[in-house]
Amino acid sequence: MAIDTEKNSYTVIFAIVMVLVVGSILAGLASGLKPLVDANKRFEKQQNILYAMGINANEGTSDVAFISTDKVEEEFKNAITKQYVIQGADVTEYPEAYLIDIKKEEAKAKDPDYTRKLPLFEGEKDGETIYVIPIRGKGLWDAIWGFVAVDKSMTIEGVFFDHAGETPGLGAEIKQRYFMDDFEGEHLLNGAGVFKGINVAKGNADPKNERKNDNAVDAIAGATITGDGVTAMIMKDLKMYVPYFKTLK
Amino acid sequence: MGLLSKKDSKLILDPLADNNPITIQVLGICSALAITAQLKPSIVMAISVVFVLSVGNVVISLMRNIIPSKIRIIVQLIVVATLVIIVDQVLKAFAYSLSKELSVFIGLIITNCIIMGRFEAFALGNGPWKSFLDGIGNAAGYGLILIIVGFFRELLGSGTLFGFKVLGDSVEKTGLYAIGYENNGFMVLPPMALIVVGLIIWVQRSRNKELIED
Repeated sequence: MAIDTEKNSYTVIFAIVMVLVVGSILAGLASGLKPLVDANKRFEKQQNILYAMGINANEGTSDVAFISTDKVEEEFKNAITKQYVIQGADVTEYPEAYLIDIKKEEAKAKDPDYTRKLPLFEGEKDGETIYVIPIRGKGLWDAIWGFVAVDKSMTIEGVFFDHAGETPGLGAEIKQRYFMDDFEGEHLLNGAGVFKGINVAKGNADPKNERKNDNAVDAIAGATITGDGVTAMIMKDLKMYVPYFKTLK
Repeated sequence: MGLLSKKDSKLILDPLADNNPITIQVLGICSALAITAQLKPSIVMAISVVFVLSVGNVVISLMRNIIPSKIRIIVQLIVVATLVIIVDQVLKAFAYSLSKELSVFIGLIITNCIIMGRFEAFALGNGPWKSFLDGIGNAAGYGLILIIVGFFRELLGSGTLFGFKVLGDSVEKTGLYAIGYENNGFMVLPPMALIVVGLIIWVQRSRNKELIED
């Protein structure tokens, strides 16, 4: 039986059948691989948090190198001693706090009746307690996010930034070491203990970043908007944790 | 010749050299420029394209008599897109860091002109076995150039191969660096891929004068 492939009805039926077949193949594949993909995403988050704490595989001035995926889960368990959720004045321990989706919390917080859940990870490195805070904001093209590790006086121990789609060579450089390393040792509070954040900008007359108490880091040339995004997300997200750090004293 | 007839082996061997999709037909250049700064992503991209093009060619060839000609381009697009999503998902599950590195370029296999070109020009008019060989051949020809370019760009640009420091350590000044060798930073930038591809085209055409167009 020869089929008339030129008939309109045949074309429509062919298209529908094709879409159904392809759709079910892809849906099956996606749900089959989901556990593996989710595990990878979890490892990535753990690697990022550990990186901000200074636990990484960096060598000399090499590129960013994370703890390898097969070791990360164990390292994470060792390094992060407690995980909290801060909700208003309540601070509760919550073992999987690092899996809280900041983006969803941000959206939920638009409802005035909702008190935002703020995850906080407490870890230990070289006998000192370090707190890691997730941050999220907007770059030039898309989302930027990261983790900031601070001690209890809110002095930065290390940071990790990542982005979804900043310009390669410009905004995308926020995930390079020369930018992230500059944050180490910077103070988030000024001398009087008021939260000032970190201003990522050019023209602070400190391009080598020798002054650690000026609340400023040298920006990447040509990435003004991404840099402003970093400034804004540090300001907005870390500020919410200040009341908690005041209680630590 | 044992396994393949002369005609069949021509399908595989032609696109490797005298009818190479990149150097002769100048197709698929975009991805060749973008991902060849290192050897490893080049190889992964080559393997992915071999998979997508060979399987896609077979699928299209099997369906060639039932595809309505009015929507054949869309059907081809769906086949490529499906295969690319499969590759993307598999990479995300088993090689996550690599899939982050290749990011959009896996998705961009869909727009790789070689693939739609082979579907339209070959698979629609030939049987599955021939189409399979044609797919393997063309993707291999593409991959071969990718790997050659990736090899030179990583070696000359970063002094490494697969991330191993084959020329010595540029910071501690060992190996070649001890006698004043420097990495060519220009090699890691996309424009250099174009120049390397250009050099390959030059060498190839000077060896085989028949390839030179007027």
